[in-house]
Amino acid sequence: MWSLIGVAVVVLGFTARINPLAVIVAAALATGVLGGMSPLAVIAALGKAFNDSRYVSLVWLVLPVIGLLERSGLQVRARIVIAQFGALTTGRLLILYMALRQITAALGLTGLGGHPQMVRPLLAPMAEGAAEARLGPLAPEVGEMIRAQAAATDNVALVFGEDIFIALASILLIKGFLHQMGVEVAPLQLSLWAIPTAIAAFLIHGARLLRLDRRLFGRTGDGR
Amino acid sequence: MITLDAVYLLAGLMFAAFAILTVRDGSNPKRYRTGAFWGLLALSFLAGGRIGDIGNGVLVIGLAVLALFGGLGQGGSETSTIAARTVGAAQFGDKLFYLALIIPAVALAGTLGLKAIHISAIPLVDPKQVSVISLALGVLIALASAMLLIRPPLSAPLQEGRRLADMVGWALILPQMLAALGAVFALAGVGHAVGELVGAWLSSDSRLAAVVAYTVGMAAFTMVMGNAFAAFPVMTAGIGLPLIVQKFGGDPAIMGALGMLSGFCGTLLTPMAANFNLVPTALLELPDRWAVIRAQAPTAILMLIVNTALMFALVFRF
Repeated sequence: MWSLIGVAVVVLGFTARINPLAVIVAAALATGVLGGMSPLAVIAALGKAFNDSRYVSLVWLVLPVIGLLERSGLQVRARIVIAQFGALTTGRLLILYMALRQITAALGLTGLGGHPQMVRPLLAPMAEGAAEARLGPLAPEVGEMIRAQAAATDNVALVFGEDIFIALASILLIKGFLHQMGVEVAPLQLSLWAIPTAIAAFLIHGARLLRLDRRLFGRTGDGR
Repeated sequence: MITLDAVYLLAGLMFAAFAILTVRDGSNPKRYRTGAFWGLLALSFLAGGRIGDIGNGVLVIGLAVLALFGGLGQGGSETSTIAARTVGAAQFGDKLFYLALIIPAVALAGTLGLKAIHISAIPLVDPKQVSVISLALGVLIALASAMLLIRPPLSAPLQEGRRLADMVGWALILPQMLAALGAVFALAGVGHAVGELVGAWLSSDSRLAAVVAYTVGMAAFTMVMGNAFAAFPVMTAGIGLPLIVQKFGGDPAIMGALGMLSGFCGTLLTPMAANFNLVPTALLELPDRWAVIRAQAPTAILMLIVNTALMFALVFRF
């Protein structure tokens, strides 16, 4: 039961707004030592786990390319292009993106979106540009709210789209764990039962995005 | 055969360049500390396989200490002005989009196509790592194309990459650190302890209570661990299988699918899911660290109710 101390350290550390990297190291040390390992063994285990998880950070390889394209005007271009599509409000743009992201994720193409590659360089400036085309320059807090909603839409579409793909890690994990416990399920069954949730997520988040439009632009659609 | 090591080498060189550029940047008020942070990360990618487990552990502690005391700084802006960007947008037009889309396009094509290529019976790329290797390939092709088309100063990609890395700061390695923490938790038997706790506390005869305990438990434990994958075995062994499947005769596939999706609702609600919720606040320059969680919380909570209702309606019927 002492191993649960790490969970408490994480919760307390995050609530107290201590630097999360330090919280994580403290949680790992507390968990390991109170779980009966020697401090050196815990440090080694943490180091090994960090080293084995390096692939998680490989997504940052995109930074130089994205930065270079930003320097050359990518985000400016995204705002200009979106302003030409008069019917595409912020909410409708995000709904369209959500549909594409859910469908591609359901086909296993989870890498087609993401915050460094897609949201920062393209989706967020487009969502802001669609609002600027109607309202003129945005107050900073309005721009921040729209950018946050762009990131949220990418997240919602990904988590409630990817489970429809049968070869995805989470589907394989469900199947593998149930198999260990002596229960057999087919990946296709698991994917099928993810479809109602995917549709519900599209409807619920889509309705919220339409409400965002009404909040931004009022009933007339031009901010009055 | 091209393996993950080649991609790690590439990432190591990139972070090493960030470190050198940072240390030489007098406009960064914390240039040595920030440079040391990127330098340690470069060391991890370049030599992580050779410095031993304890060496890596000391490296992790070093990263945390650098982030904890005083934090990291941002370099001076060497990037272009708004005016220059407007000129660039007019000059290059939609080509900028095509360049940005090279990365996902190559990543996708490579993932589908590279597995099949063999040279004298040896696969060209490690089949297990084909998607990550394809991503790196996409980055290199996009970078070469952009350099040819835009013709910026040669240092521009690294300076711009460093600008973005400084903006994200220590949050850049948070997802990797959390993955490592999950592994240590697993080693120490945290999942087992939680399962015992939940199993002892829950001895209900109500089907609805069992379903609610499972879905809400998945979401809550995912919020603590930052990852539904860590919560699934614990909650399924503790509640899902013994109660929903064995006691009440529910369908295991429906339980598993909707249980995992309930966990994903927790993913949308926790700062522990750093790559979903904290990394974008840094990347999108949002002053409120909770801005993305706030934006998606109503959807996540409604979806948890939907998943619970779906499971209750379906799991005992099929």
